[in-house]
Amino acid sequence: MSNLTIAAHDSRTMLRRNLRHMQRYPSLTLMIIGIPLVFLLMFVYVFGGTMGTTLGVTGEGRSAYVEYLVPGILMIAIAGVVQGTAISVAMDMTEGIVDRFRTMSISRGAVLGGHVIGSMIQSLLTLTVVMAVAILIGFRPSAGPLEWFAAIGVLAMITFAITWLAVALGMVADSVETASNTPMPLMLLPFFGSGFVPTDTMPAGLRLFAEYQPFTPFIETIRGLLTNAEVGNSFAHAVAWSIVITLLGYVWAMRSYERGAERV
Amino acid sequence: MSNPPASAAITATGLRKSYGDQVVLDGTDLSIPAGTIFGLLGPNGAGKTTIVRIRSTLIDADGGTATVGGHDVAGDPVAVRRQIGVTGQFSAIDSLLTGQENLLLMADLNHLPRAVGRQRAAALLEQFDLVEAAGKTPGTYSGGMKRRLDLAMTLMGDPRIIFLDEPTTGLDPRSRQTMWKIIRELAADGVTIFLTTQYLEEADQLADRIAVLDRGAIVAEGIPSELKRLIPGGHVLLTFADAAGLESAARALPEAVPDHDALTLHVPGDGGLTSLRELLHRLDDSVDVADLTIHTPDLDDVFFALTTTRKAS
Repeated sequence: MSNLTIAAHDSRTMLRRNLRHMQRYPSLTLMIIGIPLVFLLMFVYVFGGTMGTTLGVTGEGRSAYVEYLVPGILMIAIAGVVQGTAISVAMDMTEGIVDRFRTMSISRGAVLGGHVIGSMIQSLLTLTVVMAVAILIGFRPSAGPLEWFAAIGVLAMITFAITWLAVALGMVADSVETASNTPMPLMLLPFFGSGFVPTDTMPAGLRLFAEYQPFTPFIETIRGLLTNAEVGNSFAHAVAWSIVITLLGYVWAMRSYERGAERV
Repeated sequence: MSNPPASAAITATGLRKSYGDQVVLDGTDLSIPAGTIFGLLGPNGAGKTTIVRIRSTLIDADGGTATVGGHDVAGDPVAVRRQIGVTGQFSAIDSLLTGQENLLLMADLNHLPRAVGRQRAAALLEQFDLVEAAGKTPGTYSGGMKRRLDLAMTLMGDPRIIFLDEPTTGLDPRSRQTMWKIIRELAADGVTIFLTTQYLEEADQLADRIAVLDRGAIVAEGIPSELKRLIPGGHVLLTFADAAGLESAARALPEAVPDHDALTLHVPGDGGLTSLRELLHRLDDSVDVADLTIHTPDLDDVFFALTTTRKAS
């Protein structure tokens, strides 16, 4: 077997292991799917009436707000999934099993690769459920097949980036509790961006932050593709941010995997 | 090239490791022939686990060289990993997978063909008395079962060199016996075993050669009987109901050391039946002995003896 087929084989083995974990620990998966749904329903039915009217976008009330809100909720969904990823990576690292993996002749990166792919599948599942519920409660995307295809691609790119970051956070956490807290800011970033209200309604300092943090171009790109809103240079920014976050997460995670055994 | 002879499965020369200014290994040298059991004896914190972690490529040494199966641990960790199996002090099992799934995970990671993996897993479950537990997750296992599953996972890759880091610490006597039996069977199959333990009895029972590790340095090495000669014999401890009893017994046994506060008498001896009979014979019938305990040499004695000889020389 060549190195590449070994790497693929080992990653597949690790993926199967992670999928089985999800199956054995269904409450985590349910919580992960539940969080964005709660946010979606709360913002649409509690705040939606008021927000939609004052938003200054096309349409009125609740239905206008659903149109605006969904991309932000999708980001919340991804942030929720990767929180679970960080937790399960940290669980692996605090148990003896990872030392066994390290002393075996298995492909470098397969352990973390398995987590990343498993988490991508979980994200896909969560995003699908969230989208289905959104459509059920009145979200009517104007996207054609091409836009849908592009939106799914962009979501996959964002998920991949944020998942690697979460894997790194899980790697460097000294306990499972820490790992469940450190990805928390990811959950808040859509709020301090264009996820729930347009950034131009924010005070100057916050607005500056909101416009230059990665989640705003992520949200704007998805919003543009799904609802005919303006994409502008958001797409380019989203790609750039994704590449930077992926590289950062990958290098950070792999380095701490290699070094991990030294932290006795 | 100064490759070690093929007969040495594991070697170390001047191995050093420190964490900050705490020296964990202070230039240890070892040479372990293939197909033997080597016992590394030492108390907690002596550096046993550090040695295992260096040899199993988990951490790098600060200095010195180590080879496993003829490959340099630092230079060619991948070649080393192909030959070894490691069962650490802390269980390295996946707690969300069942016993059987854990073994099949190892089969996949060792790139075994599916049929071979299933066959080997079934055989190991049988051999390690885990057939009934195979479909359950380790959360329901006893300590001994977890340790057996752990070792079974190590054996899925059919390693020729196995590191066992305190394989029986915390196990009940029956599980310990089972583990010993398994280790002996492995050695009989020609597997080289590097065993660490804090129990003299365990090293004595299993190992062909024993090294005693104290504060990162090997203070003695040899076959078990050689080491035992370094250790003073055991003793008999007599406890008395009152000071008068202690006094009269102490007069009858001048070589014994009395402890007037605890009302005990420490009588050196090997604890054998002959010397015990002689001891009782020498005691006056009127002396009222409340309690008698026989003490055979343990790790404390080994340690005390070896570290004092080291200081003296």
